[in-house]
Amino acid sequence: MTDSLTKSRQLLSGDDAVALAALHAGTALGIGYPGTPSTEILETLDRLGGRAQWSPNEKTALEVAIGVAFAGARALATMKHVGLNVAADALFTATYTDVDGGLIIVSADDPGMASSQNEQDNRRYARAAGIPMLEPVDSQQAYDFTWLGYELSERWKIPVLLRLTTRVCHSLTPVLPRAPIAPRVADFRRDVPARVMIPAYAKPAHHRLRAKLADIAAWNEAEGPMQTEMGSRSLGIISTGISAMHAREAAPEASHFSFGLTYPLPIGRIRDFASQFERVLVIEEGDPVLVEEVRAAGIPVEGKTERFRFSELDVARVRRIVAGDDSEEPTPPKGKPPELCPGCSHRTVFHALRDLDCIVAGDIGCYTLGVLPPFSAMDTCVCMGASITAGLGLRHALPPDQARRVVSVIGDSTFVHSGLTGLAEMAYNPPPTGHLVMILDNETTAMTGQQEHPGTGRAIDHSRAHRMDFAAVARAMGIAHVDLIDESAKNIDLKARIAECLARDETALMIVRQPCVLAAPKIRLYEKAADQHCTAAPAA
Amino acid sequence: MTSTHSTTNIVIAGLGGQGIITASDILAEAAFRAGFDVKKSELHGMSQRGGSVTSDVRFGERVLSPMVPAGEADVLLVLEPTQIEINRPLLRAEGVLLTTDVIPPDALKNKKSLNVAMLGALSGVLEIDEDHWLNAMHAHLAEKLHRINDEAFELGRRCAQPD
Repeated sequence: MTDSLTKSRQLLSGDDAVALAALHAGTALGIGYPGTPSTEILETLDRLGGRAQWSPNEKTALEVAIGVAFAGARALATMKHVGLNVAADALFTATYTDVDGGLIIVSADDPGMASSQNEQDNRRYARAAGIPMLEPVDSQQAYDFTWLGYELSERWKIPVLLRLTTRVCHSLTPVLPRAPIAPRVADFRRDVPARVMIPAYAKPAHHRLRAKLADIAAWNEAEGPMQTEMGSRSLGIISTGISAMHAREAAPEASHFSFGLTYPLPIGRIRDFASQFERVLVIEEGDPVLVEEVRAAGIPVEGKTERFRFSELDVARVRRIVAGDDSEEPTPPKGKPPELCPGCSHRTVFHALRDLDCIVAGDIGCYTLGVLPPFSAMDTCVCMGASITAGLGLRHALPPDQARRVVSVIGDSTFVHSGLTGLAEMAYNPPPTGHLVMILDNETTAMTGQQEHPGTGRAIDHSRAHRMDFAAVARAMGIAHVDLIDESAKNIDLKARIAECLARDETALMIVRQPCVLAAPKIRLYEKAADQHCTAAPAA
Repeated sequence: MTSTHSTTNIVIAGLGGQGIITASDILAEAAFRAGFDVKKSELHGMSQRGGSVTSDVRFGERVLSPMVPAGEADVLLVLEPTQIEINRPLLRAEGVLLTTDVIPPDALKNKKSLNVAMLGALSGVLEIDEDHWLNAMHAHLAEKLHRINDEAFELGRRCAQPD
């Protein structure tokens, strides 16, 4: 697989195509937090011999990537759509700053929520943050737009958002790669007004940003990536991303216009296209972002009805939109829902929490499945880290008898991602009844396919790295009671231990540790390899 | 504009852990090696925890959408009996349903190669040379697994064509 990726025309997923392009375009560092459907980008970049790292969370990753780009080298930050919320603080100011090396931020959106907690449409972020956005239709464009993204980023000294969606990330389509280039040598160039966003410098920086965007819009009109296929004169369809593929298949007789740099819009080209038809239809997945912007420019276009805002589009749904059919759609048959694996240590925890009738503030990971029967032991799940903080809120507000039933459960990777500040909050503002946080530590990022994180003690390539000690961190933060439980040991009455913590009016952290059953065999191999490497090193 | 009639649509369905994704990767690779335009699509994520998984493979002169429209699958290949009915609406009226019934019980040396045996059965109804199938399998499977999977593929191919 590794070899085949660098050969001529080949079948690649959109994620692998971005990784290959990043390698070929001389990316100095790829960095991110794993999240479906973006995860494979960094895994593949690492496998191909590029430099890739997992970060504790997306904000951290983006900030490191900004630093790489400030240094004059090319950087790639990858995340899923909700990850961009975590990184948004950095994003909204990064667009004001000048980057010397190219900076591409990947937002892998999940319309239809195959594996996500919401269906947000990150095309809104491009508009809100003022960042140029590229949207590929397939793996070839994912490859080409990674190159193009770096070129645009360096030409205008601005980060570029590469927006992928599930059906681009995880679909295999043919890719013809280009000849690789050597990475640019990093060299620091001091430019305080362009990099230090105090108000005095940020005010002109905002003007510079708008001027850059106007320039980029003009470039998009003149030579941006776009495609027109002329067919019937009665119907013209404007579409972007994967929707363009569905539209071309659903309405082969129509005329089609699609474009790849989807913010800022090539509004002149859209106007020219639209002027040729009696009926002009905008086909887009998710929110009515494109249709609203085109209409605001005074171009009369038809959009989809509200029904099609939800879930993914496909050929059948686009046929309905074209036909103006807003009738009830057939409900697809329900498949078998996922469940916690047999032998998963989380099962014991959720059984105990159910039996104790706890109010469980949950979090994002495969343990979110604790909400389903036979456990039915989760009451809230909002975003990464919110188990701890939402649990604290419940404790603050509920009458004491109910407050003492509240438990926060969080996975190990999620704890590092967004739980640390929640734990600091618990130590600083403890509720009167105290609180219990349980880290369900399966020693991997299980949900996204067993990636490493700062708590596993291994880097992205599974080699040895520093391992964060959760118990020591909690003690240092001032958590009153810290309990580390080896779930694989016999004779542990987990239920009794939880009940004990709940009876005390103090802050407590319980770390329930047992390797993920799916990851355990691999973890043993990584550890063995790391041990051999350590013992071999001094002799070499 | 190419009409969709020249596109062959295959849906592979089953449960997480059965090798659905690997099977569809091999099929897509075989069609690619045979010179077709190919698109393959599936959903990852929660499906890894034993839930339903389907994967779409489309090939032909020019493939547009990566997803097989409901009711337009030429072949529906199902690895788990409980998943047959829920996926049947994907199949077109004259489409072919391939289930594990074609493989005699205990004929497989290794149960894990059921996905590849079913690809063998599928190869009987598609116009892709056997060489492309074998090369695609070898590109996607570890070398130590080649032999057992070659045998599974041949078993499936024989079973689906009893003459």
